[in-house]
Amino acid sequence: MNTVSLIIAEVPYWGQSLLRVLGGLVAVLLPAGTIVYLFLFKMMSFMQSRLGPMEAGPYGSMQLFAEVGKWLQKEDIYPARADKFIFKLAPLIVLASTFLLVVVVPFGPDAWFTNFEAGIFYALAVSSISVLGILIAGWSSANKYSLLGGLRAAGQLIAYELPMVLAVIGVVIQAGTMNLQGIVLAQNSGSMFGFDGLGNPYVLTQFVGFVIFMISVQAELTQAPFDMPVAESELVSGYMTEYSGFRFLIFFIGEFATAGVFAMIASVLFLGGWAVPFSWFGWTTMDSVDNWMNLAGPLILFTKMMVIMFLVMWVRFSYPRLREDQLQRFAWKVLIPISLVNIMLTAILKVAF
Amino acid sequence: MSPFLRSYLTVVWFGLAAFLVASLLLGISALLRPNNPTPEKLLSYESGVDPVGDGWSQSQIRYYVFALLFVIFDVEAVFIFPWATQLERYGGFGLIEMAVFVAILVLGLVYAWRKGVLRWV
Repeated sequence: MNTVSLIIAEVPYWGQSLLRVLGGLVAVLLPAGTIVYLFLFKMMSFMQSRLGPMEAGPYGSMQLFAEVGKWLQKEDIYPARADKFIFKLAPLIVLASTFLLVVVVPFGPDAWFTNFEAGIFYALAVSSISVLGILIAGWSSANKYSLLGGLRAAGQLIAYELPMVLAVIGVVIQAGTMNLQGIVLAQNSGSMFGFDGLGNPYVLTQFVGFVIFMISVQAELTQAPFDMPVAESELVSGYMTEYSGFRFLIFFIGEFATAGVFAMIASVLFLGGWAVPFSWFGWTTMDSVDNWMNLAGPLILFTKMMVIMFLVMWVRFSYPRLREDQLQRFAWKVLIPISLVNIMLTAILKVAF
Repeated sequence: MSPFLRSYLTVVWFGLAAFLVASLLLGISALLRPNNPTPEKLLSYESGVDPVGDGWSQSQIRYYVFALLFVIFDVEAVFIFPWATQLERYGGFGLIEMAVFVAILVLGLVYAWRKGVLRWV
């Protein structure tokens, strides 16, 4: 019996739930903080030939704590005409959707919060809750910029939800399961043309799906070049215009925490998740995986998440914003037809081999 | 309670945790922040000039046709996922069945395309 099942046997249910929730907090906030510091502060600065924050701590590494301390002291302003209750609620809904999303991410052979049989299905369903929060924020602000930003965000998020779902279907066809642990197992115990030294990471065999998925993630996270809902040159800052103080920061945390969780899901789907190829250590099934993977798994997943996040941020800092009509055209006339072709090709190859 | 329902209970805990953490931080913030609303501060922001008309002004929702198409394709995805997990068992038969299904959907997309609703009007 390994450590994790020992904990499950010994600790009462409320204790387990508390541990899970604390683990979830770490899994949401730690990647978000790292992403903001490493990419948004430092990488962006270096790409723009400047140093970024340098004063707070060595190389500005304490900058985040300084920022949170600053935001805590900011006045919380509600516009007089706003619909106050749902105006206050909107940032919480956006943050809650992130927490609901991290529930399904597996971190090790036994280190998961929940292990749904339809894990990826659940993830895709829950990820669209944030649309509600954004639409509520845009509507309740009683501000023209906010309303336009919220409507744009809703249009963009539902348009790019489809290519994302269709890209995932390619992975599900290859793995033959919707369970995220099953997808990890299928990738790392698989082989390509009889060679199992790399397993079968779907980034190689589902490359088209991977590209479509990453483009959709970019759009779902409203990162440039898909940041029209918060386009500062047209809409001030879109649905967030009227938010101030800590409520604005909750939106901001939600944005980058969701980015981290989406990157984790992308690395589970396409890069093999928490595992290394099983042939390296002679594992064959999920039960034969050594217990130390429960500790190494989160670190491996974190590393893969950072690689994916680097790609997202690299694109974000490199490309100018698209126009709103180009965005919809790209989703409906390019990505969806390609992903339908991808599904059929994957299915034909799966049946043929 | 069955383990299946328990795992969904975890989802509820996570949702509550998000609200709790955010409320806690907002509570700490409430102790620290100033509260000095003035009428000018509470005006809707409209790039510095006084707001014109109502905040909920009429605006053209340009993508409602996209929303309808989205529903169709999302339902399609609901049907494709279970098929995708069982494809190995269905084999060639399932492949042809799904080809027919996808072809009908593509037909719908082509129709919408030709009708010109995929433009930003």
